[in-house]
Amino acid sequence: MTKKKITQHPLFLPLVCVLLVLAVNVIYDISQGNGIFNFFITTIENGVLQGRLITILNRGSEVAILAIGMTLVVSASAGTDISVGSVMSLCASFCCMLVAGYGVSAVSSPEEFSMPLIVGILGALLMGCLCGAFNGTLVAYLNIQPMVATLILWSAARAIGLLLCNNLIVYVRVPEYGIFGGYIGFLPTPILIAAVCILAVSLVLKKTAMGMYIQSVGINKKASRIAGLNSRRIIFICYLLCGLCAGIAGLVNSSRITSADSNNIGLNMELDAILAVALGGNSLGGGKFNLAGSIIGAYTIQAITTTMYNLGISSAVTPVFKAVVVIVIVAIQAPPVRIWFQKLRAQNHKEVARV
Amino acid sequence: MNPENTLKQRKEINGNTLLLLITIVLFVVLYAGGCIAYSGKGFTNLQTFLNILISNAGLICVACGMTCVMLTGGIDISVGSLVALDCMLLAYGMGNWGIGAPAMCLIVLVVGLVFGFVQGFCVGYLQIQPFIVTMAGMFFARGMTAVISTDQLSITAETSQTFYDWANFRIYLPFGGVANRQGKIIMPYFRIGVVVAILILILIFLVLRYTKFGRSLYAVGGSEQSAAMMGLDVKKTKLKAYVLSSFLCSIGGICYCLNTQSASVAQASGLEMDAIASSVIGGTLLTGGVGNVIGSFFGVLINGTISSIVQTNGKLASAWPNILTAALLCFFIVLQSIFAFLKEKKK
Repeated sequence: MTKKKITQHPLFLPLVCVLLVLAVNVIYDISQGNGIFNFFITTIENGVLQGRLITILNRGSEVAILAIGMTLVVSASAGTDISVGSVMSLCASFCCMLVAGYGVSAVSSPEEFSMPLIVGILGALLMGCLCGAFNGTLVAYLNIQPMVATLILWSAARAIGLLLCNNLIVYVRVPEYGIFGGYIGFLPTPILIAAVCILAVSLVLKKTAMGMYIQSVGINKKASRIAGLNSRRIIFICYLLCGLCAGIAGLVNSSRITSADSNNIGLNMELDAILAVALGGNSLGGGKFNLAGSIIGAYTIQAITTTMYNLGISSAVTPVFKAVVVIVIVAIQAPPVRIWFQKLRAQNHKEVARV
Repeated sequence: MNPENTLKQRKEINGNTLLLLITIVLFVVLYAGGCIAYSGKGFTNLQTFLNILISNAGLICVACGMTCVMLTGGIDISVGSLVALDCMLLAYGMGNWGIGAPAMCLIVLVVGLVFGFVQGFCVGYLQIQPFIVTMAGMFFARGMTAVISTDQLSITAETSQTFYDWANFRIYLPFGGVANRQGKIIMPYFRIGVVVAILILILIFLVLRYTKFGRSLYAVGGSEQSAAMMGLDVKKTKLKAYVLSSFLCSIGGICYCLNTQSASVAQASGLEMDAIASSVIGGTLLTGGVGNVIGSFFGVLINGTISSIVQTNGKLASAWPNILTAALLCFFIVLQSIFAFLKEKKK
């Protein structure tokens, strides 16, 4: 019986995935003649932490931040927000436009921001909230299917970003802008930002009733309304938060390259975020959620991506593997497959009883 | 029959056709606006209209398939990537494997069928949300395109003479010629892709209206439970809808390739958005059960007119068609939701 309990733990699936990825890495290292623990070696070079584990944690920050918002959205509205990648790109473009003083002037005064950095940051976060509010209004107040509603911004946000940047890649030549994608002391900043986001959200969910409200709305919208919850507002807030998370992730991503590359920032990121939620053992049908699972899922995906680069697989091919993983995970969760598994188990029991 | 009943019926029909009517009026207004604003740049020529058809022949096929899926209440966002995969298969297959154009087209169609079958199985029999399935399909197809080749390939006469001839074959109209700068009169023409697209459009229109399969699509979209109670096989109908969508998408991919004569990983990105927008603008309800391919056809024309106007203007950024299409989609979705709200209030 104890064995069964382990498999039914909500964090079972994500942890198994992590172990699988680690195993692949270790086996690869051994086959290459490196040390067994090559993967885990973390050193301090040039005053900053280095190592493959750190790289995964660092690069996985954006997906982790997105996964927070996506988890809430999936839980409350039983749908996914597919606009997050595009919104990331738009927020990054907007921030760079503000900070670089509409593109070209950044070249003439490379030493200074044309606006204080804080204005750019607030602008990006505000833009994220605005996009989230747009999605939220469509979903919560106009009763449109979440994925179709977010499809609008999925297409438009990136295009608006391109329009803001005049089809150019806007460079910010002030070194301070790179701090969000760089290092504070010896720690990579993205890890810190992700940690702060995760802590803040989980504190809010633990200390207030918000987490319970979201789950109850996701399980039954009508019943929650009758019980006195403002279902629409709760769904709206979830989308708003998801937009905000996309804004933060966009900021981090653009800070890494100290520029706004509208065409490439957040590309295919929505798949990663949804995959993180699914990998975390959350049902994509809404209802109960597990934030810790999503976060572990996010880093697992980054580990998969990094491992693939490590194995020399082209970055254009990685979507194939991710798509297959998504389908397999979602298929396992599908009701007919579950019923089939249950029947199989029941049959086994019967046979055991007969023996 | 009492008069109250007939009145109610007429009103209901009006509600559904109103969206289609708005679409047609919008197209006429847009096109007339383009004609007035850019009459000096040749927008009034018949060829401009035919060019919209030529460059959107693939999209018409794709939108027909999309409409069929959306009638069942589902959605298929894998179409853009599937078109890219089709183009890449065609270009790479003819160029590097040395397979003839007809055989390669057949392979592409089979790939479409298999792709549609897997997606349809996941949606119909495993009851996974269509959006998740087709999104995975989208990334899968795009990734497979990259697996075949990450280069920009173009189809020339050396790649395949047959395909090149197909792509450059012109069908001239007997009227409406315009003199060019040298004083030579050039008759307006269209290409093979347009013929295929129009044939598909008529075929799907007939299928949806007069066959058992077509009617069961509407029934499943209207209410799955009622359809099941009526004795329809809901799962099978959904499976068929997705197979049809991917198959039409493959035909659309061939038409698309005939027009562009090239293939790359980034090709046809955003095509799914155009197809969905066309269907929605054409009056197909996202909840399923209501819609028509004729509406989708006009949706495609509106799409084409927008990008044609942006191109003719020449000064607008290339991002504008994307934004305008999204804005139109948003407008029509909100309109649909308002209609649904009013209908519920009446009850």
